[in-house]
Amino acid sequence: MSLELSIILAMAIPAIGAILIALTGKIPNLRETVTLFTAVALFLNVLNLLGPVLDGQTPEITFVEMFPGLAIAFKVEPLGMMFSLIASGLWILNSIYSIGYMRGNKEKHQTRFYICFAIAIAATLGLAYSANLLTLFIFYEVLTFSTYPLVSHKGNETAVKGARTYLGILVTTSVAFLFLAIAWTYAATGTLDFTKGGILGGHVEGPMLGLLLMLFIYGIGKAAVMPVHRWLPAAMVAPTPVSALLHAVAVVKSGVFSVVKVIVYTFGIDNLVESGSAGWLVWISGFTIIAASMVALRQDNLKRRLAYSTISQLSYVVLAAAILTPISAVGAALHIAAHAFGKITLFFAAGSIYTAAHKTEVSQLNGIGWKMPITMTAFAIGALSMIGLPPTAGFISKWYIIQGAMSSENFVALSVVVLSTLLNAGYFLPIIYAAFFKKDDGKPDHGHHDDHGEAPLPIVIAITSTALLTILMFFFPDVALNLAQQMIGGAP
Amino acid sequence: MSAHLPILQILIPLMAAPFCVILRHRDIAWLISLIVSLACFAVSLLILDQVLTQGVISYFMGDWPAPWGIEFRIDVVNAYVLVIVAAIGAIVSLYGRHSVNKEIPKNRIYLFYTAYLLCLTGLLGMTATGDAFNLFVFLEISSLSTYAMVSLGKDRRALTASYQYLVMGTLGATFYVIGLGLLYMMTGTLNIVDLHDRLVGMDGSIRTLQAALAFLTVGLSLKLALFPLHLWLPNAYSYAPSTVTAFLAATATKVAVYVMLRVFFTIFGVDIFEETGLANVLMIFAIAGMFVASTVAIFQNNIKRMLAYSSVAQIGYIMLGISFLNATGVSAGLVHLLNHAIMKCTCFLAVGCIVYRMGTVRLSELNGVGKKMPWTMGAFVIGGMSLIGVPLTVGFVSKWQLISAAFEADMMPVAALILLSSLLAVIYVWRVIEIAYFREPTQNTGVKEAPLSMLIPLWIMAGAAIYFGIDTGMTLGIAEIAADMLVGGTP
Repeated sequence: MSLELSIILAMAIPAIGAILIALTGKIPNLRETVTLFTAVALFLNVLNLLGPVLDGQTPEITFVEMFPGLAIAFKVEPLGMMFSLIASGLWILNSIYSIGYMRGNKEKHQTRFYICFAIAIAATLGLAYSANLLTLFIFYEVLTFSTYPLVSHKGNETAVKGARTYLGILVTTSVAFLFLAIAWTYAATGTLDFTKGGILGGHVEGPMLGLLLMLFIYGIGKAAVMPVHRWLPAAMVAPTPVSALLHAVAVVKSGVFSVVKVIVYTFGIDNLVESGSAGWLVWISGFTIIAASMVALRQDNLKRRLAYSTISQLSYVVLAAAILTPISAVGAALHIAAHAFGKITLFFAAGSIYTAAHKTEVSQLNGIGWKMPITMTAFAIGALSMIGLPPTAGFISKWYIIQGAMSSENFVALSVVVLSTLLNAGYFLPIIYAAFFKKDDGKPDHGHHDDHGEAPLPIVIAITSTALLTILMFFFPDVALNLAQQMIGGAP
Repeated sequence: MSAHLPILQILIPLMAAPFCVILRHRDIAWLISLIVSLACFAVSLLILDQVLTQGVISYFMGDWPAPWGIEFRIDVVNAYVLVIVAAIGAIVSLYGRHSVNKEIPKNRIYLFYTAYLLCLTGLLGMTATGDAFNLFVFLEISSLSTYAMVSLGKDRRALTASYQYLVMGTLGATFYVIGLGLLYMMTGTLNIVDLHDRLVGMDGSIRTLQAALAFLTVGLSLKLALFPLHLWLPNAYSYAPSTVTAFLAATATKVAVYVMLRVFFTIFGVDIFEETGLANVLMIFAIAGMFVASTVAIFQNNIKRMLAYSSVAQIGYIMLGISFLNATGVSAGLVHLLNHAIMKCTCFLAVGCIVYRMGTVRLSELNGVGKKMPWTMGAFVIGGMSLIGVPLTVGFVSKWQLISAAFEADMMPVAALILLSSLLAVIYVWRVIEIAYFREPTQNTGVKEAPLSMLIPLWIMAGAAIYFGIDTGMTLGIAEIAADMLVGGTP
């Protein structure tokens, strides 16, 4: 199969899947089979691209010329390859999990749920492979709108309100800032292609370069750099599989992925170092990391605590990119992968607890570790990865980020990483401690759910897999590392 | 035969109209208007093809050569507008039968089709003619028949709306004639190309010339509903029958914009704008319209009125593009002419379906309509997305082109304003979506999906909104050729 075809199929498979899901909506078992098959087919198709990309190829294809000299075009480069692998691979696990969760909680509108999910994945893949900013913007917006029905899934007032915040912030920032930044870039350079070394050098200079960078960073609201982070906690009204794959992986990673792409391929690392106009970004992302962690400390709702943890972890990627050294850029890329595995495990665990025990608050989790040992063990592994302890994936990415900060003697970044590690431990370890070492106080208001066991089997399968992936990435980081190093043009 | 295409375009609907009156049968009248509209559409496509391959068509009425006789002169610009008008006409007459039968009293239906055919004649004539006074004649034909169509609405307020439109429209037409009279005083000709030739090189500071420009601008601004001369539009759109609204929203104002372009670029030429600063004035009103009308749209409870205010805002975008006075800006205006026709027609056709089944246009009574009429609301969502300018819809293409023009003119703040104003569209579109999909249906429990004969045209438009949002070769391609011609000053 030709590589060009694979690129098209990467978007076509989930899109066709969405149609098939719509057609088979009346027969749930068949519908879920379609979802699973689509997810597996997509992953195999993405794998087909991996070999050539690892060999240094960059397959590309131009779809249609939308404006003179400006086309919807795709090009698979290492970072996009990595992102697409993560998104499509985790989609399989998430689909298995969804089946357990959606049925276990007897959710309504399940067909719509699976359709929108498939479209969101198609958009994510399109974004991962986009060859220029125009294409990236198009899929960025498609992703926003296709996830809206997922966030508002429950349809009650809280859900509609949360979805309104979600859509409002993401659309406002992307239209008002990102679109403007892209048009500005095009007006200044005459191209929007992602090019090694950036395209802005010599076209936009001085303070204007800093302003443009600011438009990009806040335009990409999905990266949740404060103060445009509020949509993420708001999106937690969605069913947990959505929070897990989309708001821990696909959507938010699209944000930081775009940030890294823009910094590496539009601005150019060297260009930013010379102009010195990215210094503020270290401060602002550092602030986000610390502030979001502090807020997370005080959240009792488990999903909200995870959401703030996500905000903090996303800014790690932004911070790593803003340090502007090749080695920290590798750290940024690796953290996209590491955080994905860890955070999806944590969300899976939260959903698992909700499904089995109908508990949503941290304070209700005393002693739950003995009733749901697999779930809580997986949760512990995910938490360790968030803190950045071996033997989990989080350690590797943090290692590279710290190396980068050291090599450029960026002590702000360094102290942020150290401080936030303590804070991470501060809001994750108590949960693990409570789950395994505190006695269930057995308050009667939750009494009717006390005699629960482990969550349904599909959930257990999914959560075990992602926890294993978190550990495996620590021992076998080769593929991710390879891709990350290729992005910056060879080992640093 | 092919040499007579320009006149055929006008003649077919004009000759067919009397038959509707004579036969006095609603179904036959519908059939006639459908066949005529399709024929007009075919002819307009042939004309466009001819223009693109062979260049400008010049047709002398009764073989009297210009500038003495009336000339029909069709270049890329008006060939493009002809296709838009004729295509919308075809879609609307395909759609109209059920909707018209429901919304217009039985004994007046044949009159509606008569007026519709005359209106089509007028609009196509305005677009095709190369004679500025002949243009006025066609303008009156289309306006008078429009007043009649608006007044056919069931709501009695349609009568006052129509009357209001008549007063304002007549004012606009009068201003146009006064402006034209002043030009005639200066040049002694009424042929557009001839006017161009005689005005080239004339001193732009001559008082008469400036007065003529002022009258023409104000007159046409009234017709195309440029803020703040839009007062007739919301009422006319709200109370007219749905089919009429869909047709008018997509054609009437668009043709007026075309005439404005002709007057500005072909008759006067770009230079006079720099001298008089008229472009800046237009830009201010365009931007004000974008913000004020969009904001007003947010607070409407009548969905037709909401879309009407949105139209005023969208016309602001078109005029803004034109006021940049560069080729990119004019092409943005021209492409939005088509794109807005597509998206607004989609929205109004969808509303027509809702009126057909539920008999209401009040947002507060549309709770949960998305579940009962999924196809109708699906199309509405696509139209609404286009209004916002979401990528992969036509709205995005217009917006991108408009922003590029702003950067080309070195006006980054204007680019930011365009984007900010489009956020207002998110609010008014999303209000409808939340009501349609997230509120439990309260009444009208027996509501079904609209009949297929309405859904098919609706989805043709919705499909166009997506197709032309991805493949812009035909739309933007032609708009750019046309814009180059206009700004380049080729008559």
